[in-house]
Amino acid sequence: MWETVIGLEVHVQLRTRTKMFCADRTTFGDPPNTNVCPVCLGLPGALPVPNAEAIRLATRAALALGCTVHETSVFARKNYFYPDLPKGYQISQFDKPLATGGEVSFESADRGRVRVGVTRLHVEEDAGKLLHDRLPGKTAVDLNRAGIPLAEIVSEPDLRSPAEARAYLVTLRQILIYAGVSECSMEQGSLRVDANISIRKPGETRLGTKTEVKNMNSFANVERALEAEHARQVELLESGQRVEQVTLLFNAGTGRVKPTRSKEESHDYRYFPDPDLPPLVLSANWIAEQRATLPELPEAKRSRLESAYALPQYDARVITSEVGLADYFETVVKAGADPKAAANWIMGEVMTSYNESGQFPVSAERLAQLIQLVAAATVSHQAAKRVYTEMAGSDQDPGAAAERLGLIQVSDEGALARWVDEVLAAHPGEVDRFRSGETKLLGFFVGQVMKRSKGKADPKAVQPLLQSRLRIAAGTEA
Amino acid sequence: MSPATQKESVRAADIAREAGKRLRAAQSLNATLDWSQELLDAEATRVDGMKRRTLLNGMPLALKDNIVTVEQPTTCASRILEGYRSPYNATVVDRLRAAGAVIAVKANMDEFAMGSSTEHSAYGRVKHPLDPERVPGGSSGGSAALVAAGIVPAALGSETGGSVRQPASFCGVVGIKPSYGRVSRYGLVAFGSSLDCISVFGRTVQDAGLVLSAMSGHDPLDATTLDRPPLPPPKVAADLRGLTVGVPVEYFPPDLHPGVAGGVRRTIERVQELGAEVREVSLPHSMYAVPTYYIIAPAEAAANLARYDGVRYGQRRIGPEGDIRSLYRATRGQGFGPEVQRRILVGTYVLSAGYYDAYYRKAQQVRALIADDFQRAFASGVDLLLTPTTPTPAFKAGEKTEDPVAMYLADIFVCPINLAGLPALSLPVGRSEGLPVGAQLIAPAFEEDRLLAAAAAVERAVDPAAEVR
Repeated sequence: MWETVIGLEVHVQLRTRTKMFCADRTTFGDPPNTNVCPVCLGLPGALPVPNAEAIRLATRAALALGCTVHETSVFARKNYFYPDLPKGYQISQFDKPLATGGEVSFESADRGRVRVGVTRLHVEEDAGKLLHDRLPGKTAVDLNRAGIPLAEIVSEPDLRSPAEARAYLVTLRQILIYAGVSECSMEQGSLRVDANISIRKPGETRLGTKTEVKNMNSFANVERALEAEHARQVELLESGQRVEQVTLLFNAGTGRVKPTRSKEESHDYRYFPDPDLPPLVLSANWIAEQRATLPELPEAKRSRLESAYALPQYDARVITSEVGLADYFETVVKAGADPKAAANWIMGEVMTSYNESGQFPVSAERLAQLIQLVAAATVSHQAAKRVYTEMAGSDQDPGAAAERLGLIQVSDEGALARWVDEVLAAHPGEVDRFRSGETKLLGFFVGQVMKRSKGKADPKAVQPLLQSRLRIAAGTEA
Repeated sequence: MSPATQKESVRAADIAREAGKRLRAAQSLNATLDWSQELLDAEATRVDGMKRRTLLNGMPLALKDNIVTVEQPTTCASRILEGYRSPYNATVVDRLRAAGAVIAVKANMDEFAMGSSTEHSAYGRVKHPLDPERVPGGSSGGSAALVAAGIVPAALGSETGGSVRQPASFCGVVGIKPSYGRVSRYGLVAFGSSLDCISVFGRTVQDAGLVLSAMSGHDPLDATTLDRPPLPPPKVAADLRGLTVGVPVEYFPPDLHPGVAGGVRRTIERVQELGAEVREVSLPHSMYAVPTYYIIAPAEAAANLARYDGVRYGQRRIGPEGDIRSLYRATRGQGFGPEVQRRILVGTYVLSAGYYDAYYRKAQQVRALIADDFQRAFASGVDLLLTPTTPTPAFKAGEKTEDPVAMYLADIFVCPINLAGLPALSLPVGRSEGLPVGAQLIAPAFEEDRLLAAAAAVERAVDPAAEVR
């Protein structure tokens, strides 16, 4: 048996309009080298000027993760040569980062509540991108990404399984989205993960030799890659070999990890304070103001929804998984819907379309009206789903829609009695079986009545009517 | 040609024509890297068309070739930037043009401002205007020579460790280095970013001071400029009554060149005659300035020059292996001259893991001690400090090229001031066997106005043409 030790380095793009040290736009997907200027191209004589909004967002991210934000932090140059790095160094932070000492907690399948330390959060600029498929036989450089503001969030090696790594990422992403600091989209590269993993015998306090796994494009692939690397390390150690400190790339196609081609020259980045940028000084007041204006974070929202609306823990967790869903839920409830009914709707129809399109096809106010119609037995729950579909994408009044679809529930005894009589007449065999004691057939009759009425019959009114007819009929025969 | 003495009726076009004539006559100095009569004329036409009379009013200014300009190449006197054209102007260029300067001359320099003699230019050495066998000093030797030879009234240089005051002293002109943060570095090709200052040569304190005031002030594009009120045009103090001038003992070593010692001694006498109290002070850590400087500046330079990799601009050379490493090696190995390569290697070494604390961190600590010395001297009631600018007058070409350390020591009195970030200037105070001798005045940070006013008074009281001994 082996214990797995994992620590994650997560880079998130801060949600700014312009780059970290210049005024170029940060738009995703623009044609190569269109969002560039002397500063992010590293032209001779150009100088960086920090983006105040990036600092503000990074500060809020750090506070949302429970970090201590330092009043003085220092930008440093990380030196290495690579064609996507215009200045030959990346402006980052090194021994004096913006923030240290936070925490992310989540439910682990194996260990219950797990608290993972956040070692540090620092601000840095992104590098550009090499394009190998644009020019035959040549490598092209796109510097649109160069200078994009990033926060690097480093965890302690507190994770004990690939599944925990994934759960940590899901939680971290949720917090950062709630805090409004990043889009956290792995597809668009606004969230990237590098993982450090080692294994050791349980009870061992020293860490084993770690490897670094890169190139994972989804949380699921982070888990897969770590499973693969874990298996590789176990095999090495169990066959008496050693784990080398290498960087590995995950191949989602094969599900395997492979050491990077270039032999890892133990990089000496020769960090030193960037003389172009004075130390970043934030006042205690300003930091406190950022903390005070943080929105409600997922953990707090979850427990509030549980207590304020008497929601089951499961419901509260599902609804708070996305801040948009949670906000929608609360609007529906405020508009007069029963909380549990609203939760059911959101965990069903609403979430399906929200996950697909990121949008709500029916406004919260309209959904509340529909829920109220069901509560008043004006439409059946069954019919309400059809009404919802009809309302999608338009702003129809649910009552009017139900009416047009002929789905207004009928509880008028005369009309119901006609459908009941027709059903009983059409199923003499079942009537006999009911009368000989097979009373569970009542559900069958209710279903038939609903069918005959095209869903318009109010099942709550149908049931007593059926019972009295069947009993009366039984009485007359006997 | 000097705006301070210029008559209202003089047109920029006439000045530009005269400047062109003088530039052609002085080609043998090798002081320029790029200029043309066309651009001089176009600039003059622009200035003559300006609505208001401007501060500089048609003054032709030479720019050290590490200040980027749209209209002309910027090479830093390096092969690696041969033909490089900047898509933007340095902030100082925009400000000076707006103030009526005619900008059409790029001056030769030591490659990437690394040198003290302007012998390390990829485009040949600059000759001293008074003796072609001698160097004009460096690294801003081209700018210094152009002013000393009377070709332009003022020129921009840059200082990292004395690269304007030292050549000003060698060439017998005024050289002013402002406080760090007074003038924008945006568009100055970086060498040692925590030290680099765009600085000015002038024939007089007044001329150089005018240029400085036209280009100084906060720049939103340079996070290290300070938000201070703009520097006013220079005044001339009638005398130095009420001022205390400190003379640091460490700046007068026994082996100081007798001509330099004589020139500075005479200046001290003039300063006393002008009413200042002269007092000995001590700056004990200044003696460590050169070794400290040669750790900090190369460290920053190694990072600053990493961008010249042949990928985006400048000269590219494909190496024999054809891969990216080989491209870097060939481009940088052939594009940079030996002095630049030496400093990149030194800088890389002192920042390396395991050496950082012994070198870079230690150097930063010594730097703080050097700055503290100045702070203490000024806090003790001293208003200005007076020292020699250089240990000797201009030396002969080739004299120190084989001995880098001897070359570095030419900056022994100027580079402590860069480490402390203070304003200072060199002004000519006499001649020793025909070669100019300079004295240096140093002021507290951001007290350029006091420095210039006092310097102008001293300038009037000394005879720079007089032989000293």
